[in-house]
Amino acid sequence: MSVLAQCDSKETFVLNLGPQHPATHGVLRVKLTMDGEYIRQAEPVLGYIHRMHEKMGENRTWAQFMPNTGRLDYLSALSYNHGYVLAVERAAAIEVPERAEYIRVITVELNRISSHLVWFGAFILDLGGFTPLLYAFDDREIILDLLQAVTGSRLTYCYFRFGGVYNDIEPDFITGTLAFIKRLRARMPMYHNLVTKNIILVKRLKDIGFVPAEMCRKYGATGPVLRGAGVAYDVRRAEPYSVYPELDFDIPTHPEGDSMARYLVRMDEIEQSMRIIEQACTKLPNGPVMAEKAPKIIKPAKGDYYAAVEAARGSFGVRLVSDGTNTPYRLKLRSPSYSNLSLFGEASRGMLLPDALALMGSLDLVIPEIDR
Amino acid sequence: MNPPSEPIRLLAFLIGLIIFAALNAAYLVWLERKVAGHVQRRIGPKEVGPFGLLQPLVDGIKLMTKQILVPDHIDPILFRIAPPLLLIPAVMSFVTIPFSETLVARDINLGLLMIFAFASINVLGILLGGWGSNNKYAVIAAARGVSQNVAYEIPMLITVITMVMITHTLNLNEIVRQQAGGIFNWYIFRWSANPLMLVSFLIFFTCSMAETNRAPFDLGEAESELVAGYHTEYSGMGFGLFFMGEYANIVIGCSLATLLFLGGWQCPFGLWPGVHWFLIKLYLLIFTVILIRWTFPRTTIYGLLNLSWKILIPFALFNLILTGAMLKIWPLIFP
Repeated sequence: MSVLAQCDSKETFVLNLGPQHPATHGVLRVKLTMDGEYIRQAEPVLGYIHRMHEKMGENRTWAQFMPNTGRLDYLSALSYNHGYVLAVERAAAIEVPERAEYIRVITVELNRISSHLVWFGAFILDLGGFTPLLYAFDDREIILDLLQAVTGSRLTYCYFRFGGVYNDIEPDFITGTLAFIKRLRARMPMYHNLVTKNIILVKRLKDIGFVPAEMCRKYGATGPVLRGAGVAYDVRRAEPYSVYPELDFDIPTHPEGDSMARYLVRMDEIEQSMRIIEQACTKLPNGPVMAEKAPKIIKPAKGDYYAAVEAARGSFGVRLVSDGTNTPYRLKLRSPSYSNLSLFGEASRGMLLPDALALMGSLDLVIPEIDR
Repeated sequence: MNPPSEPIRLLAFLIGLIIFAALNAAYLVWLERKVAGHVQRRIGPKEVGPFGLLQPLVDGIKLMTKQILVPDHIDPILFRIAPPLLLIPAVMSFVTIPFSETLVARDINLGLLMIFAFASINVLGILLGGWGSNNKYAVIAAARGVSQNVAYEIPMLITVITMVMITHTLNLNEIVRQQAGGIFNWYIFRWSANPLMLVSFLIFFTCSMAETNRAPFDLGEAESELVAGYHTEYSGMGFGLFFMGEYANIVIGCSLATLLFLGGWQCPFGLWPGVHWFLIKLYLLIFTVILIRWTFPRTTIYGLLNLSWKILIPFALFNLILTGAMLKIWPLIFP
């Protein structure tokens, strides 16, 4: 702000960043009131790919909404699958077999790693480094192959079912997953040496783009943004679900609150996800992957239900209002990127354009999930 | 056979230089894409011709046959003169570059000065291109381009003055001639002239990269911030000229580094000097420039200006004083 105070020029202009702009990674438009290269005011304009997912939910049966959840956040679709099945299972009181829970955790964490890898590549791309993207995609490709073998799709998964998962995993999947983790473990030091320690990257991220915990609280930001402000909040620990309580993992936090902290949190999360997958693979019990008593047609009892999961971008919540019929009465999705984007206006005030874009990249926005 | 008369010789050289500049622009793009491919574990262009060698030709035809889209809200004159304004000085600078002892279009005494005179004009191309486009991104990019060029011209010129003090001449061919007789006579290793010669070279090389808007200093065309920078509104050959100008400038920058520090057309072990040595050194430097682009993220404009004003300029000035002192002290110790 100090720099802004020094320049007292009244001349500002409006810069439309988007809807098509290389840095927004989607159809997000940010209306920037600029003073030279300094941002006076930033106003995100949404709605360019609004698809009425919530309204669609009211017109479909409970099961028919499943594919929609995979199309909110195309980078970590399984977390969104998970959030929705969790809410419906809570509503309809369906017990999930333990093997299915473990499979869910393994696939969700794999998906989280792939999402973070895409973010890693795209974020460095925002900063002008083109090469890491292709290395990250090289690793991600293996995850997509693994998940394709299990779920049948590569991006917009619809794998979970009320009461379990669609089909059991093959033994190949476990060996493939463990081999992948070994490979990624070996490659993480390379990423840190070549990218994290790069002096230009450090200069661009350190002490720039502050999002303190108080601001996160104000706007409801969760996930790596909140953990990058030093708050160890993770839905997997705060409101435990699935088999996460049985698994040993840390919640990586960095108290600085700058872009670098958010970067490091995500890099640490990749490591933690690898730990989770390894434990889950060894603990994976035998048994069915689908609850035997799961009803074919779901009609949850009248009431109000909520479930939240930790998606790659933060807390994803599903609120269901059932009137006892085979369609939801109301379906509300709480998506993390929406809250994370909301703070951009306040956090970017007085920043230079390139720094603000680095800040936006560090929020890891996925636009279809904001616009639902 | 009589040697050709001066006007014919000059004409042949000019055509040759234009072809050289155009070929360089075309095949440096190919090289850039190939290097980028291999850095990124891809193959790069491979479809058109063997190893994709005809790709630049196809790209050139595409650029030339493309409709030149001129937006309504531009300044028609400035918009049109900006691309040639960037390209022509770059091509003109080739005139004084000695490819070998005899292969030089104009062996003039003020060669070095002429190149820098022309190099300062290309800033105008960037400024007018951005300004004439009447596009906010382009104007921001033009402003960045100008401040960047002004900031980096200073340490670059100070370093060149250091070199001129040592060599006592502005004639590029003469500078190369002084570096005859093996690698340790190259000015980069001439510790006796100035112990910080390596630093001089690094300053010069960094500055020439910043001058030519190359990554990690490509703030004028930072694609993730300013879409395409000052050439956002250009299409077809308008963009093509900017592109050619950029690559011609890279060749000029690397040529100068080769001539001033790496012995130009001199051989590293004192045998068979000639144009091949110049080209080998030139393309090694260009290869380094390309490799740097695909390895590092982009700096920011203030980081860039800080680097120039707070680090490069003080170092260059110190270097200048040191060289002056060395020039006076050295003869006293070893008369």
